[in-house]
Parts: sequence; structure tokens; C-alpha cells
Amino acid sequence: MVIGDVIVTLFLAGGLFFTLVGSIGLLRFPDFYTRLHATGKCDTLGTGLILTGVIIYHLFHYSGTPLVPVRLAFLVFFIFIANPAATHALMKAGYEVGVKPWKLGDERR
Amino acid sequence: MISIFLISSMLIIFAIFLSLYRATVGPGVFNRTVAVNVIGTKTIGLLVLIGYYTERPEFFDIALLYAMLNFIGTLVFARYLERGELWS
Repeated sequence: MVIGDVIVTLFLAGGLFFTLVGSIGLLRFPDFYTRLHATGKCDTLGTGLILTGVIIYHLFHYSGTPLVPVRLAFLVFFIFIANPAATHALMKAGYEVGVKPWKLGDERR
Repeated sequence: MISIFLISSMLIIFAIFLSLYRATVGPGVFNRTVAVNVIGTKTIGLLVLIGYYTERPEFFDIALLYAMLNFIGTLVFARYLERGELWS
């Protein structure tokens, strides 16, 4: 039971680390494309790690109902497909409209 | 063990507030759309953690619905920004 708690804590800590790093990248990067680069990967992996840790918690603590976290497994699958697709659609929209990429020496925008 | 979900929820809410800065003052409509998409993705994890903290598995259905609505909304908004119209 204790080893399960340790595994769940490690998964949650990894997910929170990636989530906070994605938010800091969204604040700190100077451009639209670099902000999408920061958030498109960190957010997907962070949410996936948090949901995986929660699935492991359910399998250790509520072992009588093993069919409830199947929904969360579907949610992880959906996020890993849908979130990069949404990021790609946004980046393509910005490129078609004509958002200029940031170069060294430019002003932050 | 149940209190780690509370701490994780508080840290996710802190990350959401960090993203909310970019959603309110971020220059241009593209930065705001990115921030809204990021907030929606973080809210999925927050809903699942709240569902385990209060021991109510109804929140998982809300998280599934929220993921689908966030994805469809971002796609529709990107298409609108790209073409200027939705149906053509």
C-alpha cells in the first residue's frame, strides 16, 4: 500500500512540474510561436501524468471497482491526440494570417 | 494521502492564475486563444483531482465533456481566425 502511494506521489509531482513549467513558459517567452512551443508539449504531458497517477491511486485504493478509471484512460488517450491537433491548428492559423516570428533583438510581443 | 490531492489542486489553480495573465493582457487575439486553450487543459486535471478529493466519481464525466468542448472550441476558433468565416 505504501509503495503505491509513493508511485502516485511521483506521478503527481511530475505532472505538476510540467504544468507549472508550461505556465511559466507561457508567461516568459517573447512570441506567439514560442509560447505555443512551450505549452503544446508541457501541458499535454503534465495532464497525462496527473491522470495516470490518479488511475494508479484508484487501482490501489478502490480495487473493488476497477471499471471506473477506464473513463480516465479514455481521457488520457483523447488528450494525447486532441491537444497537439489543436496546437497545430492554432499555429497554422497564425501562420496563414501572417504573425511575424520573433528574432533576436526585436521587442517582446 | 487524500490531502495530496488538495495540494495538487492548489498548485494547478496557481498555474491557472499564471496563465490568466496571458489571457487578459496578452497582446493580440492569438496569445489569448493559446491561454484559453491552456486553461481548459489544466481544468481537466483539476476536475479529476477534485473528484478524488471529494470522492464523487461524477466529476470524471464532466472532465470528459470539458475536454471535448475545449478541443472543438479551439478548432472552431482557429478556423475562424484563419479564414474570417466558419462555413464556406
